[in-house]
Amino acid sequence: MAIQARPLHSVGVPMKRKEDPRFIQGKGHYVDDLSFPGMLYLSLVRTTYPHAEIKSIDISEAMKVPGVKAVITGKDLEAAGLGWLPTFHGFDKQMVLAIGQVLFQYQEVAAVFAETRAAAVDGAEKVQVDYAPLPVVADPFTSKTDKVLLRPDRESKTNHIFHWEVGDKDGTARALASSPKRIKQRIWFQRCHPAPLEPCGCVAYFDTMGRLQFHVTSQAPHVYRTALSLVTGIPEDKIHVISPDLGGGFGNKVPVYPGYVCAIVGALKIGRPVKWIETRTENLTSTGFARDYHMDVEIGATADGKVTALHVATTADHGAFDAAADPSKYPAGIFGIVTGSYSFPVAHAEVDAYFTNKAPGGIAYRCSFRVTEASYAIERGMDILADELGMDAVELRKKNFVRKDQFPYPSALGFTYDSGDYHKTLDVALEKIGYVALLKEQAEKRARGELMGIGFSTFTEVVGAGPSKHFDILGIKMFDSAEIRIHPTGAGIVRAGTKSQGQGHETTWAQIVAEELGLDPQNIMVEEGDTDTAPYGLGTYASRSTPVAGAAIVMAARRIREKARKIAAHLLEVGEGDVEWTDYKFQVKGVPSKTVTMKQVAFAAYTNMSQNEPGLEATYYYDPPNMTYPNGAYVAVVDVDRDTGETRVRRFVAVDDCGVVINPMVVEGQIHGGLTEGFAMAFIQEIQYDAEGNNLNTNFTDYLVPTSLETPHWETGNTVTPSPHHPMGAKGVGESPNVGSPAAFVNAVIDALSPLGVRHIDMPLTRDKVWRAIRDAETRT
Amino acid sequence: MIPAAFDYVRAHTTDEAIAHLQRHGAEARVLAGGQSLIPAMRFRLARPAVLVDINSLSELSHMRLNQVLTVGAIVRDSDIERAPWIGESRWSLIHDASRVVADPVVRQTGTVVGSLCHNDPAGDWTTVALASRATVVVRGKAGTRRIPIDEFLVDSFATAVGEGEMALSAEFPVPDDRTAGSYQKVERKVGDFATAAAAVQVSLNADGTIRAAGVALSAAGPCAVRVKEAERLLVGQKPSQELIRAASNAASQLSAPQEDLRGTVDYKKHLAGVLVGRGLRQALTRLGVQA
Amino acid sequence: MKVEVKVNGVAYTRDVEPRTLLAYFLREDCGLTGTHVGCDTSSCGCCVVVMDGSRAIKSCSMFAVQADGHEILTVEGLAEGGKLHALQQGFWDQHGLQCGYCTPGMLLTSYALLKQHPNPSEAEIREGLSGNLCRCTGYQNIVKAVQQAAGSLAQPAAANT
Repeated sequence: MAIQARPLHSVGVPMKRKEDPRFIQGKGHYVDDLSFPGMLYLSLVRTTYPHAEIKSIDISEAMKVPGVKAVITGKDLEAAGLGWLPTFHGFDKQMVLAIGQVLFQYQEVAAVFAETRAAAVDGAEKVQVDYAPLPVVADPFTSKTDKVLLRPDRESKTNHIFHWEVGDKDGTARALASSPKRIKQRIWFQRCHPAPLEPCGCVAYFDTMGRLQFHVTSQAPHVYRTALSLVTGIPEDKIHVISPDLGGGFGNKVPVYPGYVCAIVGALKIGRPVKWIETRTENLTSTGFARDYHMDVEIGATADGKVTALHVATTADHGAFDAAADPSKYPAGIFGIVTGSYSFPVAHAEVDAYFTNKAPGGIAYRCSFRVTEASYAIERGMDILADELGMDAVELRKKNFVRKDQFPYPSALGFTYDSGDYHKTLDVALEKIGYVALLKEQAEKRARGELMGIGFSTFTEVVGAGPSKHFDILGIKMFDSAEIRIHPTGAGIVRAGTKSQGQGHETTWAQIVAEELGLDPQNIMVEEGDTDTAPYGLGTYASRSTPVAGAAIVMAARRIREKARKIAAHLLEVGEGDVEWTDYKFQVKGVPSKTVTMKQVAFAAYTNMSQNEPGLEATYYYDPPNMTYPNGAYVAVVDVDRDTGETRVRRFVAVDDCGVVINPMVVEGQIHGGLTEGFAMAFIQEIQYDAEGNNLNTNFTDYLVPTSLETPHWETGNTVTPSPHHPMGAKGVGESPNVGSPAAFVNAVIDALSPLGVRHIDMPLTRDKVWRAIRDAETRT
Repeated sequence: MIPAAFDYVRAHTTDEAIAHLQRHGAEARVLAGGQSLIPAMRFRLARPAVLVDINSLSELSHMRLNQVLTVGAIVRDSDIERAPWIGESRWSLIHDASRVVADPVVRQTGTVVGSLCHNDPAGDWTTVALASRATVVVRGKAGTRRIPIDEFLVDSFATAVGEGEMALSAEFPVPDDRTAGSYQKVERKVGDFATAAAAVQVSLNADGTIRAAGVALSAAGPCAVRVKEAERLLVGQKPSQELIRAASNAASQLSAPQEDLRGTVDYKKHLAGVLVGRGLRQALTRLGVQA
Repeated sequence: MKVEVKVNGVAYTRDVEPRTLLAYFLREDCGLTGTHVGCDTSSCGCCVVVMDGSRAIKSCSMFAVQADGHEILTVEGLAEGGKLHALQQGFWDQHGLQCGYCTPGMLLTSYALLKQHPNPSEAEIREGLSGNLCRCTGYQNIVKAVQQAAGSLAQPAAANT
């Protein structure tokens, strides 16, 4: 479908957001804002033991606390057939409340229901659990030895969860062996956590019709409804899931958590509404973590820098349960994008996952599944190769980029990249950052022993899960949907199967409808998140909304346009074939003065539709033919303080290509946010466990989120290579900055330290680590 | 995140507050800013049976500058930050610190005296108080005592305030016009405690030699600590690069930090030296001296 | 214990436990859910409100009983007579919010900041907001929002000179 250049009507307009008035007045509807008569509060009892047998649980003292109404344990749930919950991924299941043993520090052990929040916490404090500690497995390499078996409940008695691979194993090995130049580096993407500012929570109650009303922080409400029906046995029509306003998600609100199940069970058993809102501690220590991939990256090249082969072998730490929210055929997500923006003739990627005594996961934290890990691996790898070859990092990249004329490009790991112009995007970034002048400055500074670095990340990611032949969650294919209805006065409503957590769908979806139908986006209402009214969708995460639901909205709008054309023909008193849609109006072919607007047609659809079906609405379920491949070129300029190890990010330029942009203001805002998350991961953020399995970063005092003072100023730009298969030419973009930026920061710091012979430092690049690397390097020389 | 239950009393006079403290002994805690106490109570790490709210004691809300700078118990960090005299170079140590304690919102409620009484090993005001030779005024049944800060800070989270006693104010000597200071703090982000911090205050003689010096470190031991060796090296000398280096090394050697998520022992010790050096250089620059 | 707090100009008299945090008092006892709770350690600032006209406070680290006899301004009190406050307008115009969860706290901290510094530089804004976290915006547009508000609040005075 050709994308014509045309004057902006709605798409491409940096329209102010329609949802903002309620947020700026404190009138958002978040889950914790809800209150129902007779509502009880749920507080979860959690263990401090990373691995232990549960000898006994005594709830008698807890039951005596004033206000406590009930306490349930894993045994109670097991008796009701709800002891375990299937993980989204399907390869595993996880305990709701601990049964027999606890497998990670802060795991849920009992649920206390009380009249007030305070009484629930008082009650939880009084639950007495007797534990017999078991040996702790705190890392995947120890887990691999199988000396301590963590999951006796599983059929195969090993801590090894799965082996996954893609590509040409033997061909790659041969190519590497015969390559004149090779690099090999262990690169670890540390455990992180999405930490949206609103923690997870829900309110559950059974109404007078026996329906479960479930208000919950969910990025995928329909999937929750189906999953809850399968797990609880409650018929799906008797479950109403409502995701109201969500205070951020970033992937954290995709999994179904034990607290949700306990709240539902409590509401059923006690017959009163139950609210569960987790604390920040609970959020950071027990909900979906991300990353924790130890990647051995090997790249082969010719002497003059043409890459010959790529092999990546990953050891993945999944914690106590494989609660990775991945499409079912992709236990390691879409890690196969690890060839990045480069033409590798041959490649092989493999992932081996292990259980450990840590919180379960890994989810896609503001990225398409495992794409941040893959992008980081290849972008670091290419820099290490450049260093090995003594080649400029830009030159190496340009030499190996997939060229514009090669699209659609079939990668060595099975992807067909839809479009891109990597050389152009990088050139825009180089111009914006003033690369030539920077190189000169760097040479002068290096002569004086000052540590200045320039780092690049020219990433391609893959978003928009996804085509039904490859992608499903619990068997449900990853299409998405839109339902549009236009009212007699030319206003309308669009409902989609996605669920915004700040991405601005109430504005951007309206812009798409307005664009396709020549209407005013201010009068197109957008609704998401209510499973009784929204068409079935797979939700919002992994940057899939615009690629899939956005496409569905376009297609539904075009169905409406087709219906409207018939009515327009009637109004214009011509045959259908003589009416065309031009300049946002219906026009008689060849007679520009004879037009009728969509608004006029809408009114006629209800008052003067002639033989046509009354009304003006359409639904579309969109099965994308391919993923979309947004890409970008990021450049970071840093100055490192040798005495303190502090890195100052002097400048950061991000040039993104996400195809056609619906609302440039919204996109720019998302780039700022994602870059800030990447900055955090690169320098200060980590969920650490010590050798005894103690979680060390349990709150914002130690799981660090940068403030306005540390956060650099972001410079953004874009290029536009539309996606040829998307009806609007759009790709996803919300996560690109999180995917692409960590490598830019790290590459910059390593570049700064490269005169000292430093080749790699794992994130986060804390002051201590950087100082130590400098000191050790200087001691060696 | 909900504290354990407690009883609350709001004191209307200082005597009333002290009477409550005496009645309840160790079961009672003073509530001034509460910016350290309340978070601890939310985690149930602190479980006082009684909170004595002193925020209505207007006699303790004053900041007076005459013979000494008197900072009453409920003077907020932000009151110092916004004081009309805070820009004078004689107050530059206090000026620098007042901008990096906690974060700009917490500072509007947190108190200087409260911070001294809390005595976190990585606290800022304790370090500043040591370098500037402050005194804490404490009252109890036995009357009023003036306790020099060196004696006031006993151990991590422990001070010389006894049961049934309350700190009323902190007194800072007024530096002369040949005095300047600097507070150098390395923190992972705003709101964090110091990875390392140094408080420096230097007074010069007319001939340019150093008349007096205060050097103290935060996050370098169980309490903030004065680097007496550095002070000794500095006094009587003309400022120079070697002198600064010597003082820095003394600081580095004295520093006895714990390893934690903020850094390793050798990094923190190294930083202590770096920050004392930077602090001295900045204080001297403020005095118009190039070392 | 009985407490009387004037919130957004309206007196609320309630009977609460001393341990009731001001944030929950506002949200649950006064029904003003615009003030949010985002962390356990007074780190995030989602709970910021303004006490007695000019003091920004983290309402998760104050007890409701301490606010007895005082005045509190929450996000619900910023607009007057249906007209948005300049800060609210600034956040909307400059796209200074995405999920909206940190927004009330950002607005109130900015309100107190502008009372102290009616014409803040970018550096002063970034410093002044450093007790409030945001995960969505990367702060850049929030800075622009505050700058716009500072400019428009200054205008009536400029018109008089």
